[in-house]
Amino acid sequence: MRFLPAGDAALIVEFGDRVDPALNDRVLALDAALTAAALPGVVETIPTYRSLLVQYDPLEIGAYDALVERITALAVASPEGAAAGAGAAVSRQWAVPVAYGGPFGVDLDEVAARHGMTPEQAIETHLSGDYRVYMIGFAPGFAYLGGLPEALHTPRRENPRSRTPAGSISIGGIQAAVASMELPSGWHLLGRTPVRTFHPGRAEPFLFRTGDHIRFRRIPHDAFEPLAHRAEQGEPVAELLTAAADGQGTT
Amino acid sequence: MTGDAVSARGDDGGGGAVLVLRAASPLATVQDLGRVGWQRFGVSVCGATDAASLSAANVLAGNPPGAPAVEFTLDGGEWELAGAPLCRVAVAGGAFAIAVDGRPVASWRSVTLHEGSRLRIGPAPDALRGYLSVAGGFAVALQLGSAATHVRTAIGGLDGRALRADDALPLAGGAAGSAPAGPDRMLDPASALPPRTLPVRVVLGPQDDYFTDEAVAAFLGSDYAVSREADRMGYRLDGPRLAHRDGYNIVSDGIAAGSIQVPGSGQPIVLLADRQTTGGYPKIATVITSDLAAVAQSRPGDRLRFAAVPLAEAHAIHRAWRSRLAGLAGRLTPVRGDLDSETLLTKNLIGGVVDARRA
Repeated sequence: MRFLPAGDAALIVEFGDRVDPALNDRVLALDAALTAAALPGVVETIPTYRSLLVQYDPLEIGAYDALVERITALAVASPEGAAAGAGAAVSRQWAVPVAYGGPFGVDLDEVAARHGMTPEQAIETHLSGDYRVYMIGFAPGFAYLGGLPEALHTPRRENPRSRTPAGSISIGGIQAAVASMELPSGWHLLGRTPVRTFHPGRAEPFLFRTGDHIRFRRIPHDAFEPLAHRAEQGEPVAELLTAAADGQGTT
Repeated sequence: MTGDAVSARGDDGGGGAVLVLRAASPLATVQDLGRVGWQRFGVSVCGATDAASLSAANVLAGNPPGAPAVEFTLDGGEWELAGAPLCRVAVAGGAFAIAVDGRPVASWRSVTLHEGSRLRIGPAPDALRGYLSVAGGFAVALQLGSAATHVRTAIGGLDGRALRADDALPLAGGAAGSAPAGPDRMLDPASALPPRTLPVRVVLGPQDDYFTDEAVAAFLGSDYAVSREADRMGYRLDGPRLAHRDGYNIVSDGIAAGSIQVPGSGQPIVLLADRQTTGGYPKIATVITSDLAAVAQSRPGDRLRFAAVPLAEAHAIHRAWRSRLAGLAGRLTPVRGDLDSETLLTKNLIGGVVDARRA
């Protein structure tokens, strides 16, 4: 674990430099512990794959070294209990509907061919993954997922698209993603979900939290529009299979 | 258009009191001090790129420092007061060429508009971005706790977009609450505001160890020119190429305000208010809070130079900066009626600010 300065009002607690569920567990455990501790002057945090950015108010934290000591103590206290402690707060399971291929996933056939599969096999492989939300970033509600089956690991496109549809279910390298809005992307588009992971008018604007688990569920193409309409009205459309013990997680 | 904007927010208590943008600005958005608490969901902080100047405009208008105001780029367009007999407004950020119904008015002061008055805000020699505040603030629906506009993701402000001609911004104070109490006020930016001087101070890291020693030395020892790719999200700079030790991809981590990321091109990018929350390029250094305005107020072709300060010194500078901002209200002075002496003073201020910036 390293403390890296990020200017005069933020620091980064770095647990490692790899994509690794064990590192992400430690990030989430510290994030939960910091939220619970409500240290004076800590403004907000950004959990990522392998680090936690802590934004602070230099006028409110007291001595900087004391803040670092407190965070260190919280991090040291939490790694063993990371899976159990933070896991209880954040591990939720979602079933997310996806319309694959055709106009919904314009890269499906090409990705399948690249891996010597039929499009159906590629869909089955993507559906077999147990995904984990490693990080939400890039855009509001954009979920970076780990857990893509190795048979589908695919280098990013040489030419990124300047626009991809909201709800795109994509893969890039060893990662997968659920896009929250229309965005530029260099990833391969396998399908689309009617789910809106970010809906500013909904009571809970953001559906997913870092640490959530996701399973994809295939829907027929003609089921997309009705579900998209319900999502527009504020329904989650995705199904919460198991809720967190405290129901709130780390927000 | 005007009617839509007003009726959509007809229950703001403003009773139809609005400031109408009659001639558009190149880029004008509603901003405050930013959106707190949503970065973990990928939501950009946004807010004023020059927080000190936004605070000054608000204090001049008699508002709390972080009230929603208009941030404009290059010039502020032309505004008309409607639905209220009087409204106190203030412009800050630089020596903008301001006129009320054709009569020149200094920047860094409040001025009282009458119904139908036209406020014209032309460019400034010493600043790229300015702030327009109204007494009582603008009545803009908060989204995720803030009025700040993020155009890229259509969040906040007026329908999540930049302002265009005929937009009407409702006055939160209404016809009564926007009228001035007491004389108009002014601020001397040279003494009241933190100076926007070079070099821009940075704290090295979080990933300075991803760069060669030569790259760090070049970064701190060279001039960098602001490229044409410079906006509220970030400023790409042109200068000596900064070499990475081992590649330029890192597993994404969080991005703080002022982070200077260096992609494969080796040309640094200073990330500002509209920055993304996470990113996968190494960051050689981070501009300290007080000096973000010096970057955001520079324009393509301007030259920047960076100097590293130890973290403890950065914290001391931060405390002094905040203390200066907290003292803004105490530095207000009444505007004298004598326009000639006011014009003279403005000229002196312009000279002082320009000298400091070019030093």
